[in-house]
Amino acid sequence: MMKKIKSCLCRESVSGVIFSLPFIIGLVLFLIVPLGISLYYAFCEYNILSPAEFTGLDNFVTLFHDELFWKSLGVTVFYTVVSVPLKLVFALFVAMLFQKTTRAAGIYRAVYYLPSIIGGSVAVSVLWKRMFAVDGTINQILRGLGVQNTIAWLGDTRTAIWTLILLTVWQFGSSMLIFLSALKQIPASYYEASTVDGAGKANQFFRITLPLLTPTIFFNLVMQVINGLLAYTQCFIITNGKPMNSTLFYMVHMYNQTFVYYKAGYGAALAWMMILIVGAFTAILFLTKKKWVYDGGV
Amino acid sequence: MRRKKRMQKAIYYIVVTAIGFLMVYPLLWMIMSSFKETNTIFVTAGSLIPDPFTIQNYITGWKGFAKITFGTFFKNSAIISVLATIGTVFSSSLVAFGLARCRFPGRKLLFVMVLLTMMVPAQVLMVPQYIWYHKLGWVGSYAPLIVPYCFAIQGFFVYMMYNFIGGIPRELDEAAKIDGCSYFGIYARIALPLMVPALVTSGIFSFIWRWDDFMSALLYINKAKDYPVCLALKLFTDPASTSDYGAMFAMSVLSILPVLLIFIFFQKYLVDGIATSGLKG
Repeated sequence: MMKKIKSCLCRESVSGVIFSLPFIIGLVLFLIVPLGISLYYAFCEYNILSPAEFTGLDNFVTLFHDELFWKSLGVTVFYTVVSVPLKLVFALFVAMLFQKTTRAAGIYRAVYYLPSIIGGSVAVSVLWKRMFAVDGTINQILRGLGVQNTIAWLGDTRTAIWTLILLTVWQFGSSMLIFLSALKQIPASYYEASTVDGAGKANQFFRITLPLLTPTIFFNLVMQVINGLLAYTQCFIITNGKPMNSTLFYMVHMYNQTFVYYKAGYGAALAWMMILIVGAFTAILFLTKKKWVYDGGV
Repeated sequence: MRRKKRMQKAIYYIVVTAIGFLMVYPLLWMIMSSFKETNTIFVTAGSLIPDPFTIQNYITGWKGFAKITFGTFFKNSAIISVLATIGTVFSSSLVAFGLARCRFPGRKLLFVMVLLTMMVPAQVLMVPQYIWYHKLGWVGSYAPLIVPYCFAIQGFFVYMMYNFIGGIPRELDEAAKIDGCSYFGIYARIALPLMVPALVTSGIFSFIWRWDDFMSALLYINKAKDYPVCLALKLFTDPASTSDYGAMFAMSVLSILPVLLIFIFFQKYLVDGIATSGLKG
């Protein structure tokens, strides 16, 4: 009997299922079930503590009339549309600088990558807040350079969002590394051949490097756009939406509704709306893929 | 000609160094400020060199708040990060091996689901998971910060290990099979030892992500003595609890120290992880 069980367990297909069991359980318990439950609550009035009450489409009607929903969506999209291209351009520029492997390149690469690895920490957000404070470093340096008026970076509706954008662009390191590894895969012979044909550096960049990098750019773009739309921690700690909701990110709005005002049903509706928005952005990016992404391989 | 080349090289290094300095300046400023006398930090915010040099900020900062020292917070963070990381790495390696080496019905579908979990970011799950964990009675405990990760739900790691196993020659499996080794034997005796680089890379990323996971801690941990460092630091720096900026910077520096050390000693693994599978840092 034991032998029979043992030989059954050792069959390829049974072994495969057993190996995959953690993921199957995790997928159901921690992704599908919560998503399913929250989909139901998105159509309910629910404050977590007392039983839910089914209200149909009420939450979504509220959502479309919610001024802060539109405001936060606008802020988030603006932030994403500005910070992601800046970040990628910077990442590509720096990756090009380090393309030639020199002895020092490794150290420089590390220095440039460092902000990305610690950028998600609370410490960096706290630091950022102090740097852009009225009596912070930035203003002190500006005063040293002769700028007389002090700027309340975090208190001004025009500048606050830019401090967050700067923080994001500062963390271009992982995109840079992805670009670097893609650059290394472009055969040197392409450049040699084009040099023989008399192509200049600019020509080589636009006709060889850039087209061959488009798949990598696309990958980076998708990842960064998703990250941008879902940005959260930095905003929460540095500005928390202030001043006058000019930096109210979508995720912060969702957090406030759910955990500050205890409208979990509405929060679930906002969460599902975000899933749809992220899905839509990703789908649009994939639709444009054919137009500009070179897929002939290197 | 030679002179021109040398000039170019000099300009290159000046530019690269200047940008590099700008990149690390904020961090340098934080580290240097933590050694300044706390009441001079903003008066001398334009200068980097602490004068006089003091470690007093670390002593006052370490005392923490509400009679709980940062020692407790570091211990909590370490428990959460280490357990969740061990769980993630081990479970992901099992799943990756199953998907890579065993044929079974539903394998393709599962693989697609792994890729999908890479696309569904944790943030959109914040509210759904909170509702669910509340029902499970997990709110207020470490369970939401550890248990889910023991079930290979981070597709990135599974995918990276899957690719890594793909590079291990199948002949090794076959030979072991002929010698009477089961799939579990192959996993434990052949795949696992050969996968060490992938395990290390996953472990590093997992540790860093869990160490910095402010959001989950904020949602699920409600007693000050259970706070991990990131959450404690946030409360420590709220104007209500301290206006001692020196202590605040000192604790900030300490909180990124583990990640910084990992960065210094395991840089190669981090770079490889990002370059090969697009893991975000």
